[in-house]
Amino acid sequence: MPSFRTWLRGAALGAAALAASALLPTHARADDTIKVGILHSLSGTMAISETTLKDVMLMLIDEQNKKGGLLGKKLEAVVVDPASNWPLFAEKARQLLTVDKVAAVFGCWTSVSRKSVLPVFEELNGILFYPVQYEGEESSRNVFYTGAAPNQQAIPAVDYLMSEEKVKRWVLAGTDYVYPRTTNKILEAYLKSKGVADEDIMINYTPFGHSDWQNIVAQIKKFGSSGKKTAVVSTINGDANVPFYKELGNQGIKATDIPVVAFSVGEEELAGLDTKPLLGHLAAWNYFESIDTPANKAFIDEWHGFTKKPTRTTNDPMEAHYIGFNMWVKAVEKAGTTDPNKVIDAMIGVAVPNLTGGIATMMPNHHITKPVYIGEVQGDGQFNVVWNTPGTVVAQEWSPYLEGSRDLIADWRKPMSCGNFNVKTGKCGGASK
Amino acid sequence: MILLRILLLLLALAPALARAEDDPFAGLAGSYDDISNAVAALAVSGNAQAEPAIAALQAGRLFVAPDNSLWIKRDGGAVNARTGAPGEPPGALKPVRQNNAVRRATEAAMGSLTLFSADPAVRAKAAAAIFEQRDTAAIPALDRALAKETNPAIRTAMQQARAAALLSGNAASEADRLAAVEVLRARGDMAASNLLESLSGQPKAVAAAAATAEASIARMQQMWSLAQGVFYGLSLGSVLLLAAAGLAITFGVMGVINMAHGEMVMLGAYTTFVVQQAMQTYLPSLFGASLIVAIPLAFIVSGVVGIAIERLLIRFLYGRPLETLLATWGLSLTLQQAVRSIFGASNRDVSTPGWMSGADQFGGITITYNRLSIIVFAALVMAALMAVLRYTPLGLQMRAVTQNRRMAAAMGIRTPWIDALTFGLGSGVAGMAGVALSQIDNVSPNLGQGYIIDSFMVVVFGGVGNLWGTVVSALMLGIVNKFLEPLAGAVLAKILVLVLLILFIQRKPRGLFPLKGRAVEA
Repeated sequence: MPSFRTWLRGAALGAAALAASALLPTHARADDTIKVGILHSLSGTMAISETTLKDVMLMLIDEQNKKGGLLGKKLEAVVVDPASNWPLFAEKARQLLTVDKVAAVFGCWTSVSRKSVLPVFEELNGILFYPVQYEGEESSRNVFYTGAAPNQQAIPAVDYLMSEEKVKRWVLAGTDYVYPRTTNKILEAYLKSKGVADEDIMINYTPFGHSDWQNIVAQIKKFGSSGKKTAVVSTINGDANVPFYKELGNQGIKATDIPVVAFSVGEEELAGLDTKPLLGHLAAWNYFESIDTPANKAFIDEWHGFTKKPTRTTNDPMEAHYIGFNMWVKAVEKAGTTDPNKVIDAMIGVAVPNLTGGIATMMPNHHITKPVYIGEVQGDGQFNVVWNTPGTVVAQEWSPYLEGSRDLIADWRKPMSCGNFNVKTGKCGGASK
Repeated sequence: MILLRILLLLLALAPALARAEDDPFAGLAGSYDDISNAVAALAVSGNAQAEPAIAALQAGRLFVAPDNSLWIKRDGGAVNARTGAPGEPPGALKPVRQNNAVRRATEAAMGSLTLFSADPAVRAKAAAAIFEQRDTAAIPALDRALAKETNPAIRTAMQQARAAALLSGNAASEADRLAAVEVLRARGDMAASNLLESLSGQPKAVAAAAATAEASIARMQQMWSLAQGVFYGLSLGSVLLLAAAGLAITFGVMGVINMAHGEMVMLGAYTTFVVQQAMQTYLPSLFGASLIVAIPLAFIVSGVVGIAIERLLIRFLYGRPLETLLATWGLSLTLQQAVRSIFGASNRDVSTPGWMSGADQFGGITITYNRLSIIVFAALVMAALMAVLRYTPLGLQMRAVTQNRRMAAAMGIRTPWIDALTFGLGSGVAGMAGVALSQIDNVSPNLGQGYIIDSFMVVVFGGVGNLWGTVVSALMLGIVNKFLEPLAGAVLAKILVLVLLILFIQRKPRGLFPLKGRAVEA
């Protein structure tokens, strides 16, 4: 069948030519756009949280382009799907930096995904904006942390419970991985420094996606009925929260008896839940959708317009991306180029308004200043702010409550340029053994 | 100098204090602290408008106008909270805000205000609230209420509340205290024991009585906690059983390693969601029955998808377990992403009908209705499944085909059809499990993933091909898991169960109840 074979060859050649011609214009176009990488899982377990962040990045880029782009060029979003698979995060990050040659990457949610891409960004000198509250104990030259460090979320929440709710007994409940473990270690040390006795702290870890909470909630109920005011500090992550709150409701634990303050439950998580039994349970964040400021209202309206869904909620990590993106735009304008070294240097000290009426400033430790809000769950799935810090709080990336991290500071300004400078030994390179 | 300052301060405060005394309502328009204080003051003020105002606050129907006047919103109008007279509020109303401190204050206040309600349920609730708050100020009211109360259950609740309040105050005599300790011992639950434990500064005799009462309660509690553990275990076991029942057919009877089994469960849960959405729009009056409607629909949806999978994919792979495993694994990912594309990545809200939420206390154990319903549902599903296999022609043909395919074919049974129907039955049962799981887990595309490993564990442990084995193994795994959990923590308990299971399978590779006879070799 020679005729068929020649036909095949012809078809292959034709396809190659078509592909080449399709590729050429993109190459030509690449020069007058600035590419921005979006590294969020669109499938797998984390898709529930991360898809929203991809959408908000597309909205921010779209909006910036409407304002005329950046340095006279249009911005172009490059979206990849690391599929909630941690090694794939590193591969996709490498692809974004070497193949697509993006100027900055906005991405990651879980700490393990961040740890997995960190060496890639350091090796290839990329820029990563990480928008989620995390356990601290890290500062990299190539990463800008726009989420909260423990002292910008966990510690103020515990302070609130101690002073306003007069809590004396503590249940630290978390999912079994690095963020809850480290946060709980910090909180435990902090509580002990405040004179809380060992027997008044109960620590409990559960696997990812835990769904049968009967035992644990009964245990909490028992622990909390000793006459001393008890609260649950929850670092339970993701899907496991819904059955947890449902079980609390079923066993009749009300917020007036044992309040639960959560660090990973926001508007998005409550969207899949009937919140009436949760009335009064707490969450600590740096942003709530219900905060009434003109900037927030404009942001929410724009979000509804962009997604064409008037019920879609906004949440804290979205605000973090909003701040991070605006900071990056400002730093690029200041540096006059997207060259990573110049942008990284220009980032420090950049200040942009946040959505809650304050100003976020990028500090030399690559973390930003944030206000802290405590909100109570309302019947409509929103939070009612009951307390907030008077101003913004500077992040302590190295917790002063942990052995080994106590003496460390991060300062990426020259001449120090170090993420883990030990003030005791005067050397860069972490805790002395 | 200091004296002068204090005097000045008092003078400055005086108008505020006076105002608060004249008008206990004033604080309700203020900060959270003001609101809590105002509620407490109102409760003891004897003001006739106090109860409706606090009840309205509790229900979120108390509003404040721009001129600080207070209004209760009712159906079709507003009532001035101070006077109880209907009127037109001046300007836009804002709800009186509540935080947990305010909610606690309203609960305590409603306790002493509603002791004389005509509704026995309200009186019982009031007594329970006073017991919890240990509100010493409520004792006189309790005494008056006790004198009038005729319902024995509410009388007991009131006496317990009185005992709690009495022991927490410091006015009562030693004899009264001893009597109160006895009342609490008779109550015998955790709350009573905790109350006794937290007592301090009591006379010696009272302290000793409290200690013995506490010990006796503790003994009782230990017995109850054993029973409670069994209930938790049964409830986890019934969930495992539901998830595994379908697999017991597709894997157990047919021998197909179906990694997409979890997705059949997920489809059932999403069917529930769709049914609820539809009923909310078209038949809101029958919403309570939405789950009942969803059960057959979920069976049909998952069953039809199951038959399609068998016809289009699995029938080409019989006798090639590795390829079946990989193909169905790929299929499970495809189904997950398909659902994610259609319904979105976020969790869907499947609400629990009223008759399934809440809990009841039976002696010392708490039984939550949703778990109880699931246990009953699992029992019904298993009974129905066994009846189908045993008493219907389809069941007979299924058993014939799985035991000796060629002989069955020779008898005129269309074996390919029976394969498809069997697979459809297993998938349909998984869909029904999805309806139950939508009540206790997240309805998300990943719902099924969490159950696939557990389901295989149950089927393998119970003995492949034996439905009774599946029942026993699900309940056993549930109970063992729940008894290990408090001792070892949730993570370690899961690992321990897995290790025990592996050791068991090493000893008895065919599970608890292996099939015997020639069928095994076929």
